Amino acid sequence: MTGAENREQFRPADHPNDHFLLTTVVGSYPRPTWLARARELAEEGEFSADDLAEAHDDAAGLVAREHEEAGLDTVSDGEVRRDEMVEHVAANVDGFEFYGPVKVWDHNYIKKPSVVREVSGGDPWLVDEYAFARDVASRPVKVSITGPYTLARWSFDEVYDSDAALAADLADILNAEVRALAAAGARYVQFDEPALAAEPDDHPVVGECLDRLVADLPDEMRVSFHVCYGDYGRLQPAVNDFPIDEFDVELCNDDYEQLPTFEDPPLEPDLGLGVVDAHAARVESVAEIEANVRQGLRVVPPEKLTVSPDCGLKLLPRDVARGKLANLVTAARNVEAALDAGEIDLDDPAPAAD
Amino acid sequence: MTELVATTPGLFPLPDWAKTEVADRAGSGGGRHPGDGRGAVAEAYGRARREVLDDQVEAGLDRIVEGQLRWTDMLAHPLVASDATERGDVRRYYENNNFYRAPRVVAEPTPTGAVAEELRAARDHVGDAPLQAVLPGPYSLSDLAIDDRYGDPAEFLAAVAEFLAGEVERFPEVETLFLLEPSLVVNPPGDDLDARVPEAVDVVADATDADVVVYAYWGALEEKVYAHLMDATVEALGFDFVTEQDRTLYNVTEYGTTDAIAAGVVDGQNTRVEDPETVRERVDWIDERVPAQEFDRVYVTASTELFYLPTTIAREKLGVLAAATGEVEA
Repeated sequence: MTGAENREQFRPADHPNDHFLLTTVVGSYPRPTWLARARELAEEGEFSADDLAEAHDDAAGLVAREHEEAGLDTVSDGEVRRDEMVEHVAANVDGFEFYGPVKVWDHNYIKKPSVVREVSGGDPWLVDEYAFARDVASRPVKVSITGPYTLARWSFDEVYDSDAALAADLADILNAEVRALAAAGARYVQFDEPALAAEPDDHPVVGECLDRLVADLPDEMRVSFHVCYGDYGRLQPAVNDFPIDEFDVELCNDDYEQLPTFEDPPLEPDLGLGVVDAHAARVESVAEIEANVRQGLRVVPPEKLTVSPDCGLKLLPRDVARGKLANLVTAARNVEAALDAGEIDLDDPAPAAD
Repeated sequence: MTELVATTPGLFPLPDWAKTEVADRAGSGGGRHPGDGRGAVAEAYGRARREVLDDQVEAGLDRIVEGQLRWTDMLAHPLVASDATERGDVRRYYENNNFYRAPRVVAEPTPTGAVAEELRAARDHVGDAPLQAVLPGPYSLSDLAIDDRYGDPAEFLAAVAEFLAGEVERFPEVETLFLLEPSLVVNPPGDDLDARVPEAVDVVADATDADVVVYAYWGALEEKVYAHLMDATVEALGFDFVTEQDRTLYNVTEYGTTDAIAAGVVDGQNTRVEDPETVRERVDWIDERVPAQEFDRVYVTASTELFYLPTTIAREKLGVLAAATGEVEA
């Protein structure tokens, strides 16, 4: 399976150009502010579990709708039901326990889980999230999933001898989830491994996990792999051997300084290129994003280029996030039209700025 | 006869009630030194401090630390709290999923007496119980900070050492001073600078009559760094036996060590609570593996600062440390 072959299924029927640069999101999106209030009410006992579930549904539908209005080819529910990327998995997998919040920095805390016995799968949980978004969205829904290596690294491990052993068991559990997603109609998943950025030499562990994660998936399932920040030079060319369709990276934040890493040796999976900065609370202009999209063409041909934000947009003001996505799509469509018109020299697609 | 002393490297997790109370009132970002003065935040920190002091006394620890609950930027705190620094960028705290604001040193740092004040508050609460001060060692503090004043690593190290010595001079009487030096392991000083580390440590150690322990963790020291560190005039060097044993034992047997040592034998970063017997066996094992030397004293400690742990687990680990050192003398 190669990434280029299963991307055509995401081309909308009314796509305006011959070229097709797949536009997508990485995952999280700002929650509507009223959801925070609903969650407070639930904590205070003023809101029942059903009330909160309804609020989550409303928020998920709203985010998917905003993604569609921005014109994205594939959308998500913005992970509005998830508080934290490790916690939401640990809360649904048997073998984890939460002893209390631990510090991340300053006065920010996370509920870091402990593995207290061998992990095992319970009832599928990602499918419900997916099925709701699928039913309310008119575009295909991408599902982001915290990778097993990150889950292992960012948990207390009281049981296993190594991160690799714990991650392998978690990968098998997540593989069952992804197969259930496939059965429910999902065609696009993304495994997030931010922990790999801090320990790039652990890429063999992640490669082994990915083999487990994609076992018995249909060829139509597009598998993206996202690592935000870090030294990508220490992951390449190992990523070329990963069983993935797309490698999604955060390069905009660094002004594409690391792009040459993917030129030699050439990146084999499709490139998922961050073209808007997830940390900057300003909406980049269409022209600026177009220049970023063209950076991607230095590394892969148009049929292997996906464009996305650098990372999840959760921490941005909502109107900024919406503006970034709308401009991202316009920029991608403009570059497609320029490609159709033969206006872009693929040997020199991103001439250096003055 | 080896005296076993149950202690910790400080930096306790804030009690859960205080996590909410302090964050809500201080707002994210706090001040230069959160909880200064007499406001509600100061009161909350005071209550939290008394709680962690009581926890240690009740557990039966042989050295009581103040807990450093106000140190929001962890070991970088003493410089963050100094007027000579500006707020730098947010950086990863060693190889953990934690972050801190790196203090940017723009002028000669002068002591604030803030740590001394915390220790006096602790002293007032615990009475005669043996108190242990905890500071970053000079190398680690210089490594965590950004030098915008000196432009020379050796000069900067010396200035940080003088600054720490000034803080120590203001301390009330304490039994022990732990200088935490994780940077010596994680980001070891290069040639020339490694030879300056013992001098810098001595500058701080000479400012007090307390027993001084230099504790390096997250692995073994590089051989050369260790050899130089042996020139420091301190009561004890400390080693993280949770992360690494063989290379540390190699250093110790090859170059000798101090008459007293600190041994990190309880995992400060894992919620698995050790059995006191196992901890005691680890201490005995270390003793057996260094046949050339009988230690006067072993500080039996958690391997890292305790703030990585949920509060309930941190408290349980205090009990383990006390129980492991409590029975027969080795």
